[in-house]
Amino acid sequence: MKRREFLSRTAMSAAALCLPGAVFAQAESAYRRLLVLVELKGGNDGLNTVVPYADDAYYSLRPQLAVKRDQVLQLDQRTGLHPAMQALMPLWQARELALVQGVGYPEPNLSHFRSIEIWDTASKSGETLSDGWLARAFAMRPAPVSFAADGVVVGGNDMGPLAGIHTRAVALTDTESFLRQARLANPAGKARNGALAHILRVEADVVQAAANLNADYAFRTEFPRNPFGQAVRTAAQIAANPAGVAVIRLSLGGFDTHRNQPAVHERLLGELSGGIAALKSALTEIGKWDSTLVMTYAEFGRRPQENGSMGTDHGTANAHFLAGGRVRGGLYGVPPDLTALDGGNLRFSIDYRNLYATLLERWWGVESARVLNGQFAALDVVRA
Amino acid sequence: MNKAVSLALLLFLFAGPAQAGGIGADDARHLLNRTGFGARLEEIEACAKLSREEALERLLAGTRISPNTPAPEWVNDWRSPRGLRQASVEERMKYQAELFRRGLELKNWWVREMLATSSPLTERMTLFWHNHFTSSLQKVRSANLVYRQNLLLRRHALGNFGELLHAVSRDPAMLVYLDAAASRRGQPNENFAREVMELFTLGEGKYAEADVKEAARAFTGWSVNPDSGVFMWRPFAHDTGVKGVLGRSGNLRGEDVLDILLAQPATAEFVTTKLWREFVSPAPSSEAERRDAARIAQRLRESGYDIKSALREVFLSDAFWSPENRGSLVKSPVELVVGTLRQLEVEVSDPLPFTLLLRRLGQDLFSPPNVKGWPGGEAWINATTLLARKQFLERITRADEGVREMRTMQPAPEGTPRPAVEARERALKVMQHVRFQPQNWLRQFGEQESAAQLVLLPGEPAGKGAGNSRGLDLVRALVSDPMYQLK
Repeated sequence: MKRREFLSRTAMSAAALCLPGAVFAQAESAYRRLLVLVELKGGNDGLNTVVPYADDAYYSLRPQLAVKRDQVLQLDQRTGLHPAMQALMPLWQARELALVQGVGYPEPNLSHFRSIEIWDTASKSGETLSDGWLARAFAMRPAPVSFAADGVVVGGNDMGPLAGIHTRAVALTDTESFLRQARLANPAGKARNGALAHILRVEADVVQAAANLNADYAFRTEFPRNPFGQAVRTAAQIAANPAGVAVIRLSLGGFDTHRNQPAVHERLLGELSGGIAALKSALTEIGKWDSTLVMTYAEFGRRPQENGSMGTDHGTANAHFLAGGRVRGGLYGVPPDLTALDGGNLRFSIDYRNLYATLLERWWGVESARVLNGQFAALDVVRA
Repeated sequence: MNKAVSLALLLFLFAGPAQAGGIGADDARHLLNRTGFGARLEEIEACAKLSREEALERLLAGTRISPNTPAPEWVNDWRSPRGLRQASVEERMKYQAELFRRGLELKNWWVREMLATSSPLTERMTLFWHNHFTSSLQKVRSANLVYRQNLLLRRHALGNFGELLHAVSRDPAMLVYLDAAASRRGQPNENFAREVMELFTLGEGKYAEADVKEAARAFTGWSVNPDSGVFMWRPFAHDTGVKGVLGRSGNLRGEDVLDILLAQPATAEFVTTKLWREFVSPAPSSEAERRDAARIAQRLRESGYDIKSALREVFLSDAFWSPENRGSLVKSPVELVVGTLRQLEVEVSDPLPFTLLLRRLGQDLFSPPNVKGWPGGEAWINATTLLARKQFLERITRADEGVREMRTMQPAPEGTPRPAVEARERALKVMQHVRFQPQNWLRQFGEQESAAQLVLLPGEPAGKGAGNSRGLDLVRALVSDPMYQLK
């Protein structure tokens, strides 16, 4: 089956399944808003990112690593940000930054490899799925055919939540070299069988992405001169193209801080914050900050109890960020209860699939239950 | 061989239907490429003269059961992971770095074997079983155990499926990979018991949850000796109670469960489906083809799970030779890369750049994405992997020019672990000596350079083909045609 045919068939069946009074947007308008996912590779230490600075248990679990009370960027009476995240404070003050605490899932897996696979495919802990959760969303509810692509992965080759053969997703380091490589695509030819048809379709997808992406927009925003800042620059350039994409996935690596965490973590959080602030500035320039939602994710958080090497080991529940012009800023989820640990690890209060449901339903107007293989309530974190 | 003679023979062989009892070059290329890696002209010519039976006899008779490439030097240096959890962070980092180094060497070792082997079918089947009985370095965390598993898979690759199933179930890498090593009476771990039914034998839906639970009890006691890394029977961990699996009950042991699974017709059908997808087409697509598949499954079962007997049935089926099925399968990254290097006779002193490339193309050896293995088929191709495939083909056929571009490759991103940076640097250095020599290669076709198409593509080009181009342009036009991605 040709992809377009496949897409229009699934679109029709999705429409047919729509119940009267369904609140979901029409097919044409889904995915018109941009989602930017930021993977914090290695498992960010949520407790030292969103700091429970009024909690004595935090200081006793982390005699060496705890962020000092007087250095925390205070958000309320008990919660603060790591001081390296100063660049995010203007977003917090503008009520455009939401922090979700206690994000995790039942029967947590502490392997990087397996746990990110669970997040990427939105599977249960003991279940193996092949397609990414976004790939499933696009298969069930296709993005507009005029889009340059369903999604673009900036930096790295693993397609993560976009992995799936029916997804029009491209991975690139920067737009310029993608356009150079795309010259090699050659969609001309007659399809004689399914495999050849698939290849020609992918060639056409590359050509379409290349034809609709350029790196021409000259931003006034200064992007940080580190790799993440440059990836943000690429993301902004992609967003500036008129053809649109539904998702951009960025990643920032190095969060597996088993030892000598303070300096590394400080640098990473600084890069993350500076990058998100630059993204806001750039997207505001082109009038797209209100139609962009940024969300962080990671395979897991880290163990509340510091280890003996000035570091932290693999943990479970974690804090994540949502930012954007339409985000209803504030604190969500349940603050970590450091006196009720489960085998030394935090208990989760928000299933990560609640976040995915929020993105699908509140951001895009796409029904989430079939994508996520279950009902997960959306958070009320997006302004109309 | 005298090139003029060779050319005359080639034209004769490709000219029309099989003559004088030989299958002809078209069929020879099809057989060799479906069962090996990118056959060269002289191999095709040799095979073309044989009858179908003779060609299959030659293909199946001389298969190797052990690798020819010298093993990595550390294969007998067993490092027990015991005590690692209590070790200092420095020690754990050291172990991690060593694991990375060994893992990469292991992958490189296998690519080397695939590039050099005189028995490509052995390597194809070893890879097939690696993707069936998956284990990954990430989970097993011992290159030594994964190496031993690879030897085991190769030893049985064209042997007996029942013996292979029994052997791999007691294989230490597998016991670790699917958590059987830690399974004990009273707290059975169901991971292996589930996958052995779902992915190794019966297939989904052919067993009940209760069968998994009961089988898990039967497998308790199978473990790994941490001091030697070999299989260990722990009688005190074994559940000696009565278990019922698929209608049979008793004080079943792990071996008994495997025999119960082998006795189910679903097992031969499931394995046949995968063999079909590997060698024939994405799936049987007509009544006649479904009959072909049923006959292969029957042969597999009746032969007592003799893999060669089943393969012979596959390669004798009408579906295997049917024109509609030619060029209907996507080359895996290994087939594309190893096949191209073999076919274009590119000299490779150290395959590291290509070992690393396989990861970018989505087939990182010994690191399948999950227990289901690589999904394969159309899933090999997405925008990213397709461009990476094309970039590889472009660079390798650009002869000297490609090297300059490789030298200007960007530095590894900040935060890349040291061993990974070193591997990258070594790969860059190696690439400077990788050469495709188009004039030498094309010489075998004499004046009839366009005959290269018959060797390189599984059918007519999908695009405009090579037209009147000659020399390097001709080769590049052919390998950049979408049909080159197919077999």
